[in-house]
Amino acid sequence: MYLLEVRDLTKHFGGIKAVEEVSFKVREGSIMSIIGPNGAGKTTLFNCLTGLTKPTKGKIYFLDKDLASLPPHSIVKLGIARTFQNIRLFREMTVLENVMVAQHSKAKSGLFGSILRPQGFIDEEKTIKEKSIEYIELVGLEDFTNTIAGNLPYGSQRRLEIARALATEPRMVLLDEPTAGMNPQETSEMMDIMKRLQEFGKTIILIEHDMKVVMGISDRIIVLDHGIKIAEGLPDEVRRDQMVIEAYLGKETH
Amino acid sequence: MAGNELRVTSSKNSIFKARPILVALWFSILFLPFKGAKAALILFVVLSTSIVLSRSLLSYAKSLREKGQAVSNRIRTIKLSTRSLFVARYSLLLILIALPFFVRDYLLDIAILTGIYIILALGLNVVVGFTGLLNLGFVAFYAIGAYTYALLNTALGIGFWPSLPLSVGLTALSGFVLAVPALRLRGDYLAIVTLGFGEIVRLVLNNWDSLTKGPNGISGIEPPYLMGISFWRLSNYYYLILIFALLTIVIIKRVYSSRIGRAWIAIREDEIASSAIGINTPMYKLYAFAFGAFWAGLAGALFAGKMQFVSPESFTFMESVLILCMVILGGLGSIPGVILGAIILVILPEVLREFQLYRMLALGSGLVLLMIFRPRGLFGGKSVSLRS
Repeated sequence: MYLLEVRDLTKHFGGIKAVEEVSFKVREGSIMSIIGPNGAGKTTLFNCLTGLTKPTKGKIYFLDKDLASLPPHSIVKLGIARTFQNIRLFREMTVLENVMVAQHSKAKSGLFGSILRPQGFIDEEKTIKEKSIEYIELVGLEDFTNTIAGNLPYGSQRRLEIARALATEPRMVLLDEPTAGMNPQETSEMMDIMKRLQEFGKTIILIEHDMKVVMGISDRIIVLDHGIKIAEGLPDEVRRDQMVIEAYLGKETH
Repeated sequence: MAGNELRVTSSKNSIFKARPILVALWFSILFLPFKGAKAALILFVVLSTSIVLSRSLLSYAKSLREKGQAVSNRIRTIKLSTRSLFVARYSLLLILIALPFFVRDYLLDIAILTGIYIILALGLNVVVGFTGLLNLGFVAFYAIGAYTYALLNTALGIGFWPSLPLSVGLTALSGFVLAVPALRLRGDYLAIVTLGFGEIVRLVLNNWDSLTKGPNGISGIEPPYLMGISFWRLSNYYYLILIFALLTIVIIKRVYSSRIGRAWIAIREDEIASSAIGINTPMYKLYAFAFGAFWAGLAGALFAGKMQFVSPESFTFMESVLILCMVILGGLGSIPGVILGAIILVILPEVLREFQLYRMLALGSGLVLLMIFRPRGLFGGKSVSLRS
């Protein structure tokens, strides 16, 4: 079953064609990687999928609902979560609070609930806290629960971002360069986390530059160059594709 | 004056930290026009030596404390401190309740004013401290609350209690109305829009003679009555303010530590990330504006009931700045900090009253000093910065 279907997605910034008529489908429970040189439009594609930018043209169907006109918070509610290339944590909040706040749309209590504190409110807060701790354990940050997020080492910040994304209880997670700037040890830990997510039935779309990661865990790969999809297929097919090699290494001139 | 503080802190000036002499020099230059070169020189010498001395004393105390911490058992100290906090809280409450029995009316008057400002500052803290939206026109909401009660009472003869929900509701609504166009703006631009809003409200009050009696103001407002008790007596009004201030503290604290409060803080920290985890950011910004304005409306109605007179003069831009100073001084986002900030900024000018001419200068330079040495405010939550 296809969870996500993107049809002729186009995004222009003035005269710049960041994404040009890109179409693809993502099967539920699979890991799909998007690769391509810098400036190929990968992050713009993510921004369109999560509602942070409105596409110029095209349709995005998630569970047969069109996302193109929805605001970001409604898209999260439907079940898409993401991380950012340049980590965007709530730096002054603790690790626990970062994950707790991500369960915002799952909770229901309003203003009067929080003032009068009926049993329902207390129970809800307790569940949020317990679940948050589960997500923190999932990414291996249980020793830093009460650390201020901005004080975490770089690799842990990336993991916290994943825990935060998971706390929205998504069906699909978009990871924007989750291993950027990591050493080999941290990278392989991150790959383990991604595999675990797949075991939990999460669908993953991954932007990644590290070919070892891409070839190691992807079910399918899409290659973007200058906003255009130049190849799609299984890792082995993409690896041998002439267009892909040219995009990465340049054309032979003779 | 406020501009100064904000600028100093937003650049988190560490030059002053490193070179206390510069601080002393700055102050003596500030005082030069008042007292001449000789006095400025003396001030410079005294200040620089006292700063150097106090700094070395502070670092000595810090090293002592660190030693002490290493020795004592951590868990025991935490337990003790929560218990002492409990004791401190209730003895403070007892003192506050007993206050009217042993202080003069003048002090009670200041206490009432402090209570009103605590409510105001806590309300502004929701917008600026929690949500990170700089509001320079907060006094407009204070004015709307005060004038609503004043008009309902003098024109229609409605008492304090029935008009309270009306004036508070109208103020919250006006917060909502201001927030709608302001939602698209951030940081400095938002600050300018709110500044404009504050001025518009004041000018309307000043010029709509047929309704507000213009600059003459509205007099003859009734103080509240409740079950035969008049709150005209100062000590009764003091208790009224005390109850409302405590209610404000409890409610804001509870909202802060709920899903709504977390959403506000998240918006302050990173708006894009907040929307990407499912927070309806425009809605929660509206919420913050209306909720903050709500408290200003309450403070306004209480103010009108206390003074029995309102005029546009009480709601100038300087008043907005003063409330903002309370929030920043105490520490953006910190509830006890903001309360302390309000107390200091109401009481300090009264204490300094004897110094007449130098009052505002001393107050202003005191604020600057505090911002230099504690850039995050007394209770330091988020660092003070104009950008959201």
